[in-house]
Amino acid sequence: MRFQGTKSYVATDDLKVAVNAAVTLRRPLLVKGEPGTGKTVLAEEIAKALNAPLITWNIKSTTKAHQGLYEYDAVARLRDGQLGDERVHDIRNYIKKGKLWEAFESPQLPVLLIDEIDKADIEFPNDLLQELDRMSFDVYETQETVAAKDRPIVVITSNNEKELPDAFLRRCFFHYIKFPDRDTMQSIIDVHFPGIQKILVSKALDIFYDVREVPGLKKKPSTSELLDWLKLLLAEDMPLDVLQNKDPTKAIPPLHGALLKNEQDVMLFERLAFMARRQG
Amino acid sequence: MFLNFLDELRAAGIPASLKEHLMLLEALEREVIGKSPEEFYYLSRAVFVKDEGLLDRFDQVFNKVFKGILSEYGTQPVEIPSDWLKAVAEKFLTPEEMEAIKSLGSWEEIMDTLKKRLEEQQERHEGGSKWIGTGGTSPFGNNGYNPEGVRIGGESKHKRALKVWEKREFQNLDNTRELGTRNIKVALRRLRKFAREGAAEELDIKATIDGTARQGWLDIQMRPERRNAIKVLLFLDVGGSMDPFVKLVEELFSAATAEFKNLEFFYFHNCLYEGVWKDNRRRFSERTMTWELLHKFPHDYKVVFVGDAAMSPYEISHPGGSVEHFNEEAGAVWLQRVANTYPAAVWLNPTPEQHWTYSQSTKIIKDLMNDRMYPLTLDGLDEAMRELTRKH
Repeated sequence: MRFQGTKSYVATDDLKVAVNAAVTLRRPLLVKGEPGTGKTVLAEEIAKALNAPLITWNIKSTTKAHQGLYEYDAVARLRDGQLGDERVHDIRNYIKKGKLWEAFESPQLPVLLIDEIDKADIEFPNDLLQELDRMSFDVYETQETVAAKDRPIVVITSNNEKELPDAFLRRCFFHYIKFPDRDTMQSIIDVHFPGIQKILVSKALDIFYDVREVPGLKKKPSTSELLDWLKLLLAEDMPLDVLQNKDPTKAIPPLHGALLKNEQDVMLFERLAFMARRQG
Repeated sequence: MFLNFLDELRAAGIPASLKEHLMLLEALEREVIGKSPEEFYYLSRAVFVKDEGLLDRFDQVFNKVFKGILSEYGTQPVEIPSDWLKAVAEKFLTPEEMEAIKSLGSWEEIMDTLKKRLEEQQERHEGGSKWIGTGGTSPFGNNGYNPEGVRIGGESKHKRALKVWEKREFQNLDNTRELGTRNIKVALRRLRKFAREGAAEELDIKATIDGTARQGWLDIQMRPERRNAIKVLLFLDVGGSMDPFVKLVEELFSAATAEFKNLEFFYFHNCLYEGVWKDNRRRFSERTMTWELLHKFPHDYKVVFVGDAAMSPYEISHPGGSVEHFNEEAGAVWLQRVANTYPAAVWLNPTPEQHWTYSQSTKIIKDLMNDRMYPLTLDGLDEAMRELTRKH
C-alpha cells in the first residue's frame, strides 16, 4: 500500500513520504496549513487511494474526547426507568458508539479523519493520547475493553488556533502543507479542469498570484478559492481579453467575489483602482 | 545511528526526543522511503518537526549535520550502487552491445569497467571543486558532452535534495517574525480563565440526573454558561515615534477586541500621565482621569501597555516633562501607581529587543515595570501572556 496521490489530488513528494510513513507505521498524521490548501480533502483521497472507508469526526468547540469513544445516555435510561421499560436492565442499550469505536470495529481497515482538532478545548488532544497510542479503550459502564483489530489510519487536521500538547505531537507524523508554487498549482488545475485553455489558466494564475501579493490583504485567496473562481470564469464564459486587460484603472479582477472574501479587501482594491485612475 | 543529528536538533531548540528518534529508525527499518537523501529529509522532517515555525530551523540543522557527509559523497571514490550501474548499462547499451561485451567477460567485469570509467569521468570533471552545495551549479548539468555524468541520476538527485533544505522555504514561518491578527489571537488565547458567572441559562445534566434520582421526579437544574473571565486593561501609545508601528498595533488591537469580552482600552502619548483618552480625535476634550481608572477597575484586571518607550528621560522622571501639556506629577509616579494597583501588568514594545539598550527611557520604563517588558513578536507576546497568567 503506497500513497502516490490520486487522479483528483496532486501530492508533493514530501507529502507522499509523510503519508506513507504514517500508513506503514500506523501512527497518526497531523496536517497543518493555510485554510483552503486541501487538508481535509487529503484524508478523503488517502481513503480513496487505499480503497478504505473514511470515518470523519468533525470537531467543534464543544466536542469532548469521550464523545469519540462512546456516550452513555443516562437521561434516556432514567426515563425508561420511570416508564418501566424492559430495556432498562441492560446498560448496553444506552451506550452510543463514537467515531473511534466505529473505526476500531470496522470490518475493513478504515481511514479515520479527526477534522480541525484545534477547535476543541485545549485539553482535548491530551484526553485522546492513550486511545490513539494503544488504539484501545475501556468502557466503564460495561467493564469491557474495545481494541482495534487492525490499527486504523488516522489523519488529524489543525488550523493552528490552539497549540497542541507536546506529548500528543510526539506520537504523530507532521506535515505542513505550504501554499503551492506555480507549477504545482498548474497541475492542480489540470487535475480539476482537464479541458481548460492553457492561456486562460496562465492569465488567471497571473492575476491570482498578483492578488496574493497585494500588501495589506486581510485574507489571501487560497487554492480552493482559485478553483472556485476558475469554475465561475468558465461558467460565465468570460472572454479572454477581459483577463488580459492590464488597465490599472480596472484593478479589480472580474468575478472577484470568489477570490476576495472580505469587504475590507474589496475596498482596498477599489481604492487602488481609484488611485490608479487619478494618477492616469 | 544519527544520534548526533538528534543532539543537534535539541541544541537548536527543536523538542525532539528518543520517541521520535525510535520512530524514525522504525520507519527506516520498515523501508517507508527509498534510499535517497531527499526522501530521508522529508521523512525526518515529518518525524521531528511538529510546528511549522520550527521548519526553517530544522532545515538549517539538517544542512549542518548532513552537509559534510553529502558533499563528500561525490569527491571521494565511493562504491557506486550496483543497481545504478545496471540501470546505466541497460539504458545506454543496446542488447547487441551487451551481448558483445558479455562474450568478452562476466557481468562483474563489465560492471568493474563501467565503474572505473565513471570514476575517471567524475575526477576529470570536478577539477577539485565540490560537487554539491556551494557553487550552486552542477558539473553534471552543464556538460552536455558527458552522458555518464548525466546518467548517474543519484548525484543530481542529491543536488536537488540539498536544494530543498537549502532553499529554506519556511524561513518566514519562524516564530520570531512579526505577527498577523490570527497569530496574535492564538497567543492571546493563553490568557484564558473560564468561569461560570452570571445568569443560569444552561441545562446542567449531571445535577438534573442527580436531583431526579434523589427526588424520584424530573428535577431540572440550570447553571450559568462558561465564559472567559479574564479582564484586560489596554493602554496604547499613539503618535510620534509610534507611527511606524501603527499596523502592528492595529492588528494586536483587533485581535484583542475579538478575543476578550472584558477589554477596556485607553490611549496615551509617550508616557502615562494623569489623563488618558478613548478617542484620538477628541484627545484634548474628552479625557479620563487616570485616578478614576485606578478606582474604577478592580485589581484583578490585567494591564497591558503597548508603546515604544522612546522619549526623553525627562518625560518620565520629571514633573512638567510631558511634551504636550504641563504634568503636575512625573510619569514615573503614574506608572508606579498602575503597577502597584494591578499586580499583573506587562509592557509590550514594538521596537526590536536588541535596540532597547540604546535608549535611556526604555531602560527606565523597563525598571519601572520590574523588567516585565516584552518585544511585540509572537514569542514575546507568548511570554507576556504567560507572565500575566502567573499567580500574583
